[in-house]
Amino acid sequence: MNEQPNLSYVHELSGGDHDFEKNFLRIVKRELPLDAERFRENIAAENFKEAAANVHKLKHKISILGLEDSHRLAQEYELQLREGVNKLENSFLEILDAMMNYLEKIQT
Amino acid sequence: MKCLIIDDEESARMVLQQLISKNPNLEIDAEFSNAIQAIKHLNHQDTDLIFLDIHMPDFTGFDFIKTLKNPPNVILITSDSSFAIEAFEYDCIVDYLLKPITQERFDKAVQKVLSIPPKEPLKKEIQDPESNLNQTENDLYVNIDRRLIKIDIPSIYLIEAKGDYILIKTNSKNYTVHSTLKKIEEKLPQDLFLKIHRSYVINTKRIIDIEDNSVLIEKDVIPVSRGNKPELIRRLNLL
Repeated sequence: MNEQPNLSYVHELSGGDHDFEKNFLRIVKRELPLDAERFRENIAAENFKEAAANVHKLKHKISILGLEDSHRLAQEYELQLREGVNKLENSFLEILDAMMNYLEKIQT
Repeated sequence: MKCLIIDDEESARMVLQQLISKNPNLEIDAEFSNAIQAIKHLNHQDTDLIFLDIHMPDFTGFDFIKTLKNPPNVILITSDSSFAIEAFEYDCIVDYLLKPITQERFDKAVQKVLSIPPKEPLKKEIQDPESNLNQTENDLYVNIDRRLIKIDIPSIYLIEAKGDYILIKTNSKNYTVHSTLKKIEEKLPQDLFLKIHRSYVINTKRIIDIEDNSVLIEKDVIPVSRGNKPELIRRLNLL
C-alpha cells in the first residue's frame, strides 16, 4: 500500500472546528473495528454477498481518510465479492490495518 | 427547509450534520439510523427534504421511498455511482451525492431543491364508482363442483396459489378453487387485500405480527418478498 491515511477531508469538512474533528474521529475510531470485524466474520463464513455489503460501508471510511487508490481497490473488491470471487482479501485487510493503526495514534 | 437524515452509520450522519450546519437554508428536523423509524416519523410529520442513504440493512433507500405516499424531495447519499440510473426513475429524487461529500457539492444539491417550485396541495382523488362498488361488496361467489358458493370477503384471511388452483382460507373453512391469484385479486377490495409474495395474497386487517421478512396471519407464517415489503409497510399504521 503506497498511499497513507490523512485528515485532509476531515479538516475540510470541519472548517477548523476542532471539537467537531475530535468527536467525528472518535466515532470513526469506534465504528471501524466493528465494521472490520463484521467483514472478517462474513469472509470466514464465505458469506461473500454480506461481505460485499461490509466493504461497501467501509468504503466511506476509506474515503474519509483520503485513501483514493484504496477506495478504487475496495470498489473492485466489492464487485468481485458480489460475484462470489475473493481475490483481494489480503490487500483489503492491509488497508483496514493501516487505517486502524493510523487512527490509534490520533488523540480524540 | 426542514430536513431529515436517514443513514445507519453514525459517522455518515455526522458528516451530514456538519454540512447542513454550514448551509443557512437548512434545519435538521430529525435523524434516523433506520428506515422504519423514519416512516413512523413521517406518518405524523411532514418534512421538506430527506438526505437518504441507499445502503441500509433490511430496507434500501429505494424501498423506503416506495413506502411514502407523497414523498418529499430526496437527496440520495451513497458510496456507489451505479445506482444513479435507478435514481432517475423517482421524481422525488433531486440529486445524488457520492461519499465523501464536499460542502461545495452539497450546497449545489441543496440549491437544486430550492429551485423547485413548491408542490401544490394534493387534490382529493375522485373515486371510480365501479371500484367503489367492488369495495363495498362483501360477498364473493366461487365455482366448486358446479356449485356457486358464497364466501364472506372479510372472513378471508389468506389466499395461496397452488398450481392451477388457489386455496382460499377463511375463519371457518378452506376452499380450493380453479383460478389464479391475479383473477381473485381483481375481485377483492384493494384496501383490504395485498399480494405480499408471488404465491400469497393476505387480508392485511388479519395480520398478527410481522417479523423480518414474514407475516404471521392466524396460524400461518407467510413470506414477504422484497419487492412487496415497501407497500406492506406503507399500509401499516405504525406508532
